[in-house]
Amino acid sequence: MAVYTLKEAQPAPSSNRGLFFWLRENLFSDITNSFFTLLGCYIIYLIVPPLIDWMIIDATWTGTKEEIVKSGARWIFIIEKFDQFMYGFYPEALHWRPNLVLLLCAAFIVAMKYVQHMKIKIAMILLLPVISFILISGGWFGLETVETEQWGGLMLTMIVAAVGIIASFPLGIVLALGRQSHMPIVKSLSVGFIEFVRGVPLITILFMASVVLPLFFQDGIDFDKLLRALIGITLFQSAYIAEVVRGGLQAIPKGQYEAADSLGLGYWQGMILVILPQALKISIPNIVGSFIALFKDTTLVLIIGLFDVLAMVTLTTSDTNWLGFEVEGYVFVTMIYWCICFSMSQYSKSVERKFNTEH
Amino acid sequence: MSAQENMITMHKVNKWYGDFHVLKDINLTIKKGEKVVICGPSGSGKSTTIRCLNHLEKFQKGTITINGTELTDDIKVVRHIRAEVGMVFQHFNLFPHLSVLENLLLAPTWVHKKPRKEAIKTAMYYLERVKIADQADKYPNQLSGGQQQRVAIARCLCINPHIMLFDEPTSALDPEMVSEVLDVMVELADEGITMICVTHEMGFAKKVADRVIFMDAGQIIEENEPHEFFDNPQSDRLKIFLDQILSH
Repeated sequence: MAVYTLKEAQPAPSSNRGLFFWLRENLFSDITNSFFTLLGCYIIYLIVPPLIDWMIIDATWTGTKEEIVKSGARWIFIIEKFDQFMYGFYPEALHWRPNLVLLLCAAFIVAMKYVQHMKIKIAMILLLPVISFILISGGWFGLETVETEQWGGLMLTMIVAAVGIIASFPLGIVLALGRQSHMPIVKSLSVGFIEFVRGVPLITILFMASVVLPLFFQDGIDFDKLLRALIGITLFQSAYIAEVVRGGLQAIPKGQYEAADSLGLGYWQGMILVILPQALKISIPNIVGSFIALFKDTTLVLIIGLFDVLAMVTLTTSDTNWLGFEVEGYVFVTMIYWCICFSMSQYSKSVERKFNTEH
Repeated sequence: MSAQENMITMHKVNKWYGDFHVLKDINLTIKKGEKVVICGPSGSGKSTTIRCLNHLEKFQKGTITINGTELTDDIKVVRHIRAEVGMVFQHFNLFPHLSVLENLLLAPTWVHKKPRKEAIKTAMYYLERVKIADQADKYPNQLSGGQQQRVAIARCLCINPHIMLFDEPTSALDPEMVSEVLDVMVELADEGITMICVTHEMGFAKKVADRVIFMDAGQIIEENEPHEFFDNPQSDRLKIFLDQILSH
């Protein structure tokens, strides 16, 4: 017979720690690894220094077009056309209105983090779109009306994306629930809608919204072009959200539905309090992925004559004073898209962490 | 005996899954405060039987009467019955996105519309009873299986049911946690709540049950008080079953 005493945990040996150990273990552990490490460094060397030269060191930031001597990026073009990139043809004197909306949105995101009271949260969620709409389009409270034809640039991109995201989310959830419904009519309508929309390119839907839809209305009823595009994008996006949410719903064990039922919760109570919070949590990465895709797809509104931030490159570089500045324009717009999409993906990660109750 | 004292009456209950006849003419009467243990081989219809009692499963023929109300598909009747009948599941089925306390508050505040403060008081009382009040703010996944099942029992008790159904409550537990759950169930039994328990814990059946029921192939084969049931089984099928589960 033998009895053993419990041993204390010991620190790892020092040869397993430190920078040198990390380098050897991760970058130069064998010949293949060392080769790819060196190759990677060489590729970075080929790309990064010239890029920094072009974008910063050799770039022209001030002065006029005629004074350009350096060979790098001519950012004066962006600075000159900055307002157009941001607001399109929105009257310059009224730029404070979209700016204020942006400020409100930032305040909203911060407030959502700190306000605990549910009713205040819901009130904010409902009020923000209304206030934003009134501020941007005007027509109420003595604010000068700005027609949607004048909206453009990054502002338009953000509006199209925001409306598409906010409106498609609840619609997508309802469609996903409809697809799982036991009622045959509700189910087949949901399936029919989702499969139809998913089988058609967004461009087609935008064309239909802008060209075909008006044919169904009587003459004289003019339905705003932007509104039609927004409806088209919302319907398109809701079908994708529905499929993403359905994936989340299917991952919820049957026992959760049964537990909700056995406690006496009704269908909507069970869905809203028990099933959806879990299903949406699982779906966050895919939902955000789909929103990022939508954000980039908003550039397609160009083809029905709406000038978003990408269209502004074409427009500003066709100014005879500024011909040949496409590269700067596209690089600038690329950076804008990247910053926004990257922020969205980081935000999704922080939301995921917040809802994680696994440990 | 007056009909009022019958908590549950199942009369010729039949159920089919498609063409498969899972329950055949189940007749069962359970008196107020009675503890019944149902056992039987897997697929014998024992879980299906108790799941019919709170309408998690529909049945096609026969009648079920619970505390004087006949169970129908009418949503109001179903909700009324579910307020009377609590169910504890094999896999606990706690809501992982809610803390232990929130799990207990859900039905009282949303279904029974109790003020939150009162619901918290009740919830803490029952958590105290299942000896887990110190974990109220944790999430289910942070607890052991035995703790989770005790929370599930407390969650049921919060709706103040007349009847508790247990569907193999210890089958998913590690062996060393079985007794903490059974202890809570024994305590509950002593307090006079009507209890139906599907289980293979024969020790529990001997100690607590007023009656033990053996089911096989969708029928009740034999029922008896525990002493007779285990020491003097009548049917061959029960003899074989008892041999198998008691042989190790």
